[in-house]
Amino acid sequence: MTTASQTTETVNAGRRTTAPTGLALYWYRFQQSLSTPKPYLTVLGIGLWLFTYWLLCEGLRVDRFDKIPGPVAVAKDWFSPTPFQGVSIFTENYYNHIYVSCRRILIAFALATGIGVPLGLFMGWSQRVREYAFPILETLRPIPILAWVPLAILMFPGFEAPVIFLATLASLFVTTLNTMLGVQSIDESYFRAAGCLGSSNWDIFKNVVVPGALPFVFTGLQISIGVAWFSLVAAEMVSGDHGLGYLIVDSYMNNVTVPMVIGMITLGFVGWITSVLVRIVGNWLMQWHVKALALQGR
Amino acid sequence: MNQMTTNQKLHAAATSPQGTGTGRPLGGALSIRNVSKIYDPEGVNVCAVNDCSMEIVAGEVCMIVGPSGCGKTTLLNAIAGFHSITHGEILLDNQLLCGPGKPKASQGADRMVVFQNGALFPWRTLAENVAYGPIVQKKMTKAEAHEKAYHMLAEAGLGDFGDKYPGEVSSGMSRRAEIVRALINEPKVLLLDEPYRAMDALTKSIMHESLLETYDRTKVTIFFITHDLEEAIFLGDKVHIVTTRPCSLKKTVDVTIPRPRTYESLSSEAFRTLMEEVNEAVHEEAVKAFQAGERELA
Repeated sequence: MTTASQTTETVNAGRRTTAPTGLALYWYRFQQSLSTPKPYLTVLGIGLWLFTYWLLCEGLRVDRFDKIPGPVAVAKDWFSPTPFQGVSIFTENYYNHIYVSCRRILIAFALATGIGVPLGLFMGWSQRVREYAFPILETLRPIPILAWVPLAILMFPGFEAPVIFLATLASLFVTTLNTMLGVQSIDESYFRAAGCLGSSNWDIFKNVVVPGALPFVFTGLQISIGVAWFSLVAAEMVSGDHGLGYLIVDSYMNNVTVPMVIGMITLGFVGWITSVLVRIVGNWLMQWHVKALALQGR
Repeated sequence: MNQMTTNQKLHAAATSPQGTGTGRPLGGALSIRNVSKIYDPEGVNVCAVNDCSMEIVAGEVCMIVGPSGCGKTTLLNAIAGFHSITHGEILLDNQLLCGPGKPKASQGADRMVVFQNGALFPWRTLAENVAYGPIVQKKMTKAEAHEKAYHMLAEAGLGDFGDKYPGEVSSGMSRRAEIVRALINEPKVLLLDEPYRAMDALTKSIMHESLLETYDRTKVTIFFITHDLEEAIFLGDKVHIVTTRPCSLKKTVDVTIPRPRTYESLSSEAFRTLMEEVNEAVHEEAVKAFQAGERELA
């Protein structure tokens, strides 16, 4: 008995017998990834991209690229307490632009999700709702967001409302359509099983339609937040008084090119972060989905 | 009650109207009388079931064997209330499920279906899946249902897996959990649609043993669709062989091998004789089905 347990202990000495959780899990994954080429390739890719950018604008000063600020010029201004062209991480207006854009995105995304997800769920679930709403949705959807700009300015007062309307509209279509497809993708046997088990229609909606559509919904939301940024910037360029889109187009108008590039890169990072946040919320809500995918090695 | 032998339980089931020690209401006699079903896909009438009659005694394991796409599932769908029938009637314990004036049976927890590809809700843990029926039918509180779910899962040898999602356990385990999810509702009839189709022979044999054990415990009427002749004879009291589309009863074989059955029964002389008898009848239909070469209806 003692020998057996001792043997087990020796065998297990220094071995992990339970899976790490929380931060330890991320650390473990990070350590594991260092032994694969993945992180090095990522760093190399970024380096190559920056080098090309530098070479075109500052190294070789290729014709027409010489008017564009290169990485060194951008970085110098971006991280300078006294930026030559007015925008850096030390100036208040930089954060104001980010804040205004983020607030608009938050409102627009919340509105689009709040309307789009329930609408999509009902459209997927009920033939009748689908017949009412689908043709209108499909007609409005292909209209580019820029075509809505004049109407938005006519319909809404001030700077804020039209911009939010445009951002909402674009992501609303994406969210609704993905949610509807999500419901339609649910296997018929889940509905049948729920019926067999004595569910009311409302039970089926709560316990089959909503959770079953969730993976599609969150795929849709990730696309939709990207689309929201896309249309927000377009809207800010046309009608706006603050925000990253406004910063970009305003800098261009005033012939200061460095803030233009700073605005673009910031936009990329902020958009990426919001998309990651949506993914985190989705994974947290869909433990079952994450676990099933993890077992498939994804 | 739990110490009773199978024979005593059978006796109790036959004499006491309250059923066995599990508290299951006695019953589950299915009468399928002259049932026909004509599908109408794209304006072409397809007769899936034609004048099919069979009587299933309460507490019997009834196996339905026939070529693929012959209309067996149509019959099951009619009993479960997923589809309507065109002619004839189906009765459960002399109560009309569907028939003249009521083409489609209402879905109810007295007839539980176990689906071909499995229909445990992937977004609920095994225990949550099992507890679902009693909760939505408001027969138990959430706490009671979960307690019973864990208890029944433990009985089926899944005691440690109650908190796992279906995506995390093997197909054999999830299929067993699905049968538990059906049984917690104390159904009169268990409808199984080729539940072990996608399993390897080794898993299948374990599933058979577990189903036989479950049956000995509950004496629920089982309506089991299969292609596998060995499975049909090993599990069944009666094997109903049906013709190729349109489906109707061709031959009924009584399985006289005594219960409880073990894997040794498979090599007995009686088993081999029955196998030959069934094989002959099925092979004829299989050839016909192959020659017709029609695409299987889902």
